Amino acid sequence: MSSPIISLASLTTSPAPRRKGGCAATGCGSSTRPADIDPAVWEMIKDHPCYSEEAHHYFARMHVAVAPACNIQCNYCNRKYDCSNESRPGVVSERLTPEEAFRKVVAVAAAVPELSVLGIAGPGDALANWKNTRATFEAVRKAIPDIKFCLSTNGLALPDHVDEIADMAIDHVTITINAVDPEVGAKIYPWIFYDHKRRTGLEAATILLERQMRGLEMLTARGILVKINSVMIPGINDDHLAEVNRAVRARGAFLHNVMPLISDPAHGTHFGLTGQRGPTPAELTALQDRLDGGIKLMRHCRQCRADAIGLLGEDRGQEFTMEKLPETVTYDPAPRQAYRDFVAAERGDRGAARDDALRSVEAVADDVRLLVAVATKGGARVNEHFGHAREFQVFEAGPKGIALIGHRKVDAYCMGGFGEDATLGPTIAALDGIDTVLCAKVGDCPREALVAAGITVTDAYAYDYIETAVGKLYAERFGLTAVFA
Amino acid sequence: MAMSINADDCTACGACESECPSKAIRFKGAAYVIDPKKCTECQGTADAPQCDEVCPSGAIAKAA
Repeated sequence: MSSPIISLASLTTSPAPRRKGGCAATGCGSSTRPADIDPAVWEMIKDHPCYSEEAHHYFARMHVAVAPACNIQCNYCNRKYDCSNESRPGVVSERLTPEEAFRKVVAVAAAVPELSVLGIAGPGDALANWKNTRATFEAVRKAIPDIKFCLSTNGLALPDHVDEIADMAIDHVTITINAVDPEVGAKIYPWIFYDHKRRTGLEAATILLERQMRGLEMLTARGILVKINSVMIPGINDDHLAEVNRAVRARGAFLHNVMPLISDPAHGTHFGLTGQRGPTPAELTALQDRLDGGIKLMRHCRQCRADAIGLLGEDRGQEFTMEKLPETVTYDPAPRQAYRDFVAAERGDRGAARDDALRSVEAVADDVRLLVAVATKGGARVNEHFGHAREFQVFEAGPKGIALIGHRKVDAYCMGGFGEDATLGPTIAALDGIDTVLCAKVGDCPREALVAAGITVTDAYAYDYIETAVGKLYAERFGLTAVFA
Repeated sequence: MAMSINADDCTACGACESECPSKAIRFKGAAYVIDPKKCTECQGTADAPQCDEVCPSGAIAKAA
């Protein structure tokens, strides 16, 4: 494995800051549960980085590409590459058998203690390859009983498999639903293969929609948490997605994830080749804001590949290609258990810190908002150097609280200790609209360049919890004394 | 009388293999191939060859 495992200590600082009298004992997670989430549901999502924004700071997922076949064609997907829906196109995944996938999961579980979820998301459709999907889950369940299972589907085959999904304790399912009107769907899906026949046009879109809605209802009736992915396609379904949001909410979906169309002619997709553009970040945020108040929106999606491994902002898949894996693998539960104990303690501590941070921003009477970009390598702390960051998490602070609203991808500015001015321009462009950047460390040169562009960058809050840092910054900016101990 | 797969266009997704009613399709090297001795072009079992119907990359046609 080419890069070292992140040590627990490196996520915090040395020694880790511990609040006196805080809930640092393991097993106490109540203060970290968001107030609007039912305790039973929280138990299901608290370790799933995609279903819980809170969990995505701590836990990692891995996808195994055992599902190459698909039963529908989408205009944003080109089968000669990976599917751009659940994975970025352009890089071909290794084709894994269930046995190879098992070996890979056990090897990753040993090296990535943050691992909590195994997902099957393609590169085709998990249910169009049901034999492979089932064999993979069954083998892994025997070796690693506590890992969560998750799958992603277009929904066409879903009603046929819901009972088996429930029996196998796959308690997270994502359905991609881009339209609840066949007229709109027909512009997105040129064909489906259903009941031994290729079907096109309105017939295809009507059958797909009916199967998606039935599958969704069957899943929620069995207590399975369902996330709906929708690809936002300007001019085709952008105005329609509010209706999608209402329809899936009415059928019990838990989370709605609106993702931007990835449309590059080089990917060879129909939309890419016909010049259909994707939305701008501002258009996406505006739509997400309009949908807020419906079902819970996922704002931290990174549109990862069907073979991604690691925390959501990173992909360590290249460390675990088949040629790098040992022939035989045995599972050791100790590293994952040690990490869970660490997170349980950390979460209690962070929950108390967050409560303080929220009190400090709520104390500001005026409706002033602050956009803060944070460099983090996990653990919900400001703990990444500015020059090493490959993305910044964007938090909005205002009288209503502190919330993650998205992320901005950048090229790491500093490679091997030597900063290169050439890469700062795109970084500054990616930080458009950001007031302040928080990081663990920053050099004078990039600091001055950002100041010249109107962006403050500071390492004054290094290793603080993100909410604590953002709360302090907000309180200091707007003339209040922070209430932190 | 048989279908055949153009290896250049095949993405090796395997959708055709699981749809073939004659078990005529196997993975070989980097692509799938159809055994012309087993292929019936689905006559008598379906309206159209199932492999061609499901193939996402237009890689399947009647053998020349």
